[in-house]
Amino acid sequence: MKLLNQSIKHISISILAVVGIWGAVFYYNMIEEIKENVDDGLENYKRQIIYKANRDTALLSRVDFDEAFYSIHPIDKQPALTFTDQYKDTVVHIRGIDEVYARTDPARMLTTAFEDGGKYYELKIINPMIEKNDLIHRLLINMIWLYAFLVIAIIIINNIVLQRLWKPFYQLLQKIKTYRLGSNENFPEVKTRTREFNDLQKAVNTLLSHSTQVYDQQKQFIGNASHELQTPLAIMVNKLELLLEKGNLNDEDAEKIAETMNMAERLIRVNKSLLLLTKIENKQFLDEQPVSVNRVVEQRLPDLKDIADFRKITISFVQEAELTKEMDPALAEILVSNLLRNAFFHNTPKAGAVNITISEKKLHIINTGKDMPLDADKIFDRFYKSGSGNEHTGLGLTIIKAICDLYGISITYQYKDRCHHFTLIF
Amino acid sequence: MKLLIIEDEKELAGLLAESLAREQFVVESAGDFDTAMEKLGVYNYDCILLDIGLPDGNGLDILRQLKEEGKSENVIIISARDSLDDKLAGLDLGADDYLTKPFHIAELNARVKAVLRRKETDGKHLLEFGNLTLDLKERQAFVKDNNLQLNRKEFDILNYFLLNKTRLVTKTALAEHVWGDNIDQADNFDFIYYQMKNLRKKLRDNDAGIEIESVYGVGYRSIEK
Repeated sequence: MKLLNQSIKHISISILAVVGIWGAVFYYNMIEEIKENVDDGLENYKRQIIYKANRDTALLSRVDFDEAFYSIHPIDKQPALTFTDQYKDTVVHIRGIDEVYARTDPARMLTTAFEDGGKYYELKIINPMIEKNDLIHRLLINMIWLYAFLVIAIIIINNIVLQRLWKPFYQLLQKIKTYRLGSNENFPEVKTRTREFNDLQKAVNTLLSHSTQVYDQQKQFIGNASHELQTPLAIMVNKLELLLEKGNLNDEDAEKIAETMNMAERLIRVNKSLLLLTKIENKQFLDEQPVSVNRVVEQRLPDLKDIADFRKITISFVQEAELTKEMDPALAEILVSNLLRNAFFHNTPKAGAVNITISEKKLHIINTGKDMPLDADKIFDRFYKSGSGNEHTGLGLTIIKAICDLYGISITYQYKDRCHHFTLIF
Repeated sequence: MKLLIIEDEKELAGLLAESLAREQFVVESAGDFDTAMEKLGVYNYDCILLDIGLPDGNGLDILRQLKEEGKSENVIIISARDSLDDKLAGLDLGADDYLTKPFHIAELNARVKAVLRRKETDGKHLLEFGNLTLDLKERQAFVKDNNLQLNRKEFDILNYFLLNKTRLVTKTALAEHVWGDNIDQADNFDFIYYQMKNLRKKLRDNDAGIEIESVYGVGYRSIEK
């Protein structure tokens, strides 16, 4: 869930509670206020009626609510003297002239007692009051409107504020997302005055600079280690070569020496591959020029012809279009050569096939081989080996991937129709 | 023929000297910059193997000096650094070739002989061994006057063996030389065996005075019958 939606969700729920509580408080306050007002009115009435009754005793004979909003009953002296004014909620039944049935309306009633000419009377005055249900209804509708209005306002404000305040954050995030160790020179940076974002940026950069340092050290270590190994390895293999050449060995010893030499040569290949990888990753190939992939394939293919003939592999090479790419010719050669060698060497022992297709933006190499898919997530990893075969350094595909990464070529592997597909999109 | 090896790694210098001596060359070694300059000042060499990473100086400076004296064309640079810049700088200064460590002895022999051949008077582009003659210009192989009808790869293989007469040529060295630099792939050189079988048959059928024998399964050697 996006931060924007999250915050809107939380704010909406809180506002709902706030508006609800506010509505209840407002309602009770309102009712209280209205009652006070009505009661004040009743008090005034009372005074008026008592005053009028003093002057016009005919009033005292009115008994019922039928004629007016008040009733007067004579009472005994005793209860009258201890009487205190009472306000209470009640209902009145009112029937208009054109109405059949009487309406029941809420009302406030004041019950009091007074003395007139030595006689005691009980006076009840009624005043219609606002309908609570109406009030609640109104209030609720208003509250819903208010709530809706607030939420909409908050969504709009939130959108604007978030977009403005959080803009540096999203920019930073985007830059971190696209950041690749070793391939970007500059750390992600955005200009902002928000302290938290500056802190975040600082923390990210510290982390990245540490990672870059470790990455560089590792790269340098691989480079240096491979480099330092070159000369001793050269001496080792050359010595063995000379030893074998001398010839006065028995077969058993010679075989052991030959095995040792094979191992040493494998080491040399691993070493050379690591050096090449380091160089590619260090961007030490800078001679960029338009290279025709078609020509490179044409040039590399004959080198593999002998192997193809020997292993009875049929080759098909279809050129649908001319494919050129701005890149280092040496790397283009290594890329194509490794791809082709991969297709030929990992083929079936007998009657295999290699199909190469070049279209406008695509180099597609299909080869028969082991009847099972390779692990597409791992094949480009260093030293990945499928099965138990150990003749290969396990760096060929890594080199291919490194070159592709360097030039932004996408490479995908697929196992389809019992064939291994490598697709490069330039 | 007199060769100078300028290489600070004593073990390697000793090995190269031992191997080149088997080719009947007179070999001298210099282990540092000063010794090298001293020797170059006194003697003339037909071929110089130059390591450009010397502890007390840059091999390229030696090359520069040689270029001033017009003697840089018989230099083969040997370097542990497979760097394009070094290569270009070296070749710009007139070096004949650039060999990256580690290399095979057979490859070194081939390169040294190429340098020496280029020094010799023009017109000689023939390699001979027994009754076999290779015309490098026309890319033809003859036993006496009989053309062997070799294909491109077979000619390259035979050429390589003639540059390494009686010497061990390992399968790896052969594969790298003839089929290109294979940085990753396969100890599986079965196809070389297949090629060699064809070549040997052609040599036998044409009564060539040489044959190519297998050496302990790691490589081959050309010998005179």
